[in-house]
Amino acid sequence: MNDQLAQGIVTKDHRETEFRRELRRAVRVMIEARWPVLALVILLATAVAAAFGPALAPFDPNRQNLVLRLADPLSSGPDGSVFWLGSDVLGRDVLTRLLYGARISLLVGIAAIVVGGTIGIVAGLLSGYFGGWVDDVIMRLGDIQLAFPFILLAIMFLVVLGSGIWNLILVLGVGQWVTYARIVRADTLSLREKEFVEAARALGDSTTSIIFRTILPNILAPLTVIASFNVASVILSEAALSFLGLGVPPSVPTWGSMLAESRDTLVANKWWLAVFPGVAIVLTVLSFNILGDWLRDFLDPRLRERT
Amino acid sequence: MGSYILRRLLQSIIVVIGVTMVSFLALQAGGDPTYLFVSERASLEEIEATRRALGFDRPLHEQYLSFVGDLVQGDFGQSLSYRQPAMEIVLEALPATIELTLFAMAIALLLAIPLGVLAAIHRGTAWDGSITTLAMFGQSVPSFWLGIMMILFFGLYLRWLPISGQVPFLVPLMEGNFGTALGNLPRTILHLILPGIAVGTYSLARNTRLVRSSLLEVLEQDYVRTARSKGLPEMRVLVHHALRNAWLPVVTIVGLEFGFLLGGVVVVETVFSYPGIGRLLFAAINQRDIPLVQAGVILLAGIFILLNLLVDLIYVRLDPRMKLAEGRG
Repeated sequence: MNDQLAQGIVTKDHRETEFRRELRRAVRVMIEARWPVLALVILLATAVAAAFGPALAPFDPNRQNLVLRLADPLSSGPDGSVFWLGSDVLGRDVLTRLLYGARISLLVGIAAIVVGGTIGIVAGLLSGYFGGWVDDVIMRLGDIQLAFPFILLAIMFLVVLGSGIWNLILVLGVGQWVTYARIVRADTLSLREKEFVEAARALGDSTTSIIFRTILPNILAPLTVIASFNVASVILSEAALSFLGLGVPPSVPTWGSMLAESRDTLVANKWWLAVFPGVAIVLTVLSFNILGDWLRDFLDPRLRERT
Repeated sequence: MGSYILRRLLQSIIVVIGVTMVSFLALQAGGDPTYLFVSERASLEEIEATRRALGFDRPLHEQYLSFVGDLVQGDFGQSLSYRQPAMEIVLEALPATIELTLFAMAIALLLAIPLGVLAAIHRGTAWDGSITTLAMFGQSVPSFWLGIMMILFFGLYLRWLPISGQVPFLVPLMEGNFGTALGNLPRTILHLILPGIAVGTYSLARNTRLVRSSLLEVLEQDYVRTARSKGLPEMRVLVHHALRNAWLPVVTIVGLEFGFLLGGVVVVETVFSYPGIGRLLFAAINQRDIPLVQAGVILLAGIFILLNLLVDLIYVRLDPRMKLAEGRG
């Protein structure tokens, strides 16, 4: 018993130094590649905008000002307030709405991955560990889902369910599970026969404990890479759905719906309404993609083929 | 090979059945679907009559069977906004969407191959760097925003290209008016350039990265080294030994790519007021015209499944290993 305890402590210590070493390597790989540093800065800024948007924003996002409609960027109102990025067709401040939009993009992007990742990981673990008909059913379901171009599936469900942030998260999340399930399944299949899993089984651990405590921690690392790319593509999908009018209700500003509104004033050359929300989307998505690349290079360069 | 094809066909049938189930269930996802088909001010009698007329009062499995029965006959119900069979309206818009998808596909593939090869054979140089950086950007730009930006720049500022509409090519071609079709072609293409680039850029970027990494991997193989050490010219090594094998992952993704492109088409058509299924879907979504949305989505999904099947069958012909693997399942 004492021996076991001592061993436990040693492994914990060992793990800690190893963790620090890995962290140092991660930072080194990041600085060497340069771009990931910039990506991280952009994402932190977006996160700050999402978290403290209401405090940072100069205006109320829905405050209309029909006198100051379509104000040019940098123009100021009679009370001295400045529209840094201009105002829209109802006189609402573009910068304010951009800051609020960061909320929806990040929240939907990350929450959808949590939903999809959880479903996919559980499905993949079950599929890989039990095999047989469980595996068949889960994987065929995945095949069927992938047989649909995802955006069409999303449109069909959202039209019926109605718009709203939770429906959006649910539909976008469910849209992602297959990717995770396939990877987790493959990894579980190969881990299932490894000695440490055999050992856990011999020690009489329950199946649930083997699956979630022994196998799961060993397959998480590659999933972070997938998740990072995935957040990027979910944010793009969210923008597209918002653009189509299937996102959150119109009173909530999102980057996608701002772009949809910008179409009406395009011919009048109100370029700022179209340029800024798009730049916000591109910077955020690009940052997640760059971080994904960096994570992959850091964790295992061989993962390249999978993503 | 025969048994593989048979198995693949069977799989497609299962998928098609799955697709019909999902489409059917989507309708039920929000509770009683009757309310999707009546106006907000409908009286209780009207609601009851509609429920009965559309069969929503029957048990689910009966509803599903009659749903599938109607699908098989090409009956997707009446469009609520057009008061016409939904399928007819969708089929009318299909040729324009096919033109746009094929054009985008051509951009995504024909440019991706030379760009990917260029980046791979000049690995680590400025060529490689700029191509991969551009590809990274291409994968991060929403297609519809790219469309809007091109409208602003090439359409409204430079006034080089049309920013909306479409000139039919496939329709006169199918009707046998070759003269009209050919006469239209230059203007057809002119109208396709901006939306085509908007739809195709994401795929172009992804394919470029794929061609590059696939080729890099093949170039490290022993048989490429052997070919080089035999003294074969580099061009011959590249075309006859490397590209031949780098080809396969690209073919697999082409089928999936189509799904992506179809998704992009839906959004981009709206930006360019391009009269295809996408714009139709957009209008149908805004008017809650459920039968029309379903008809459009199911038709596009059906095309996607068919294309994926085709791609897999082509794959069998391209990869001789598939013939060997057949016995082992």
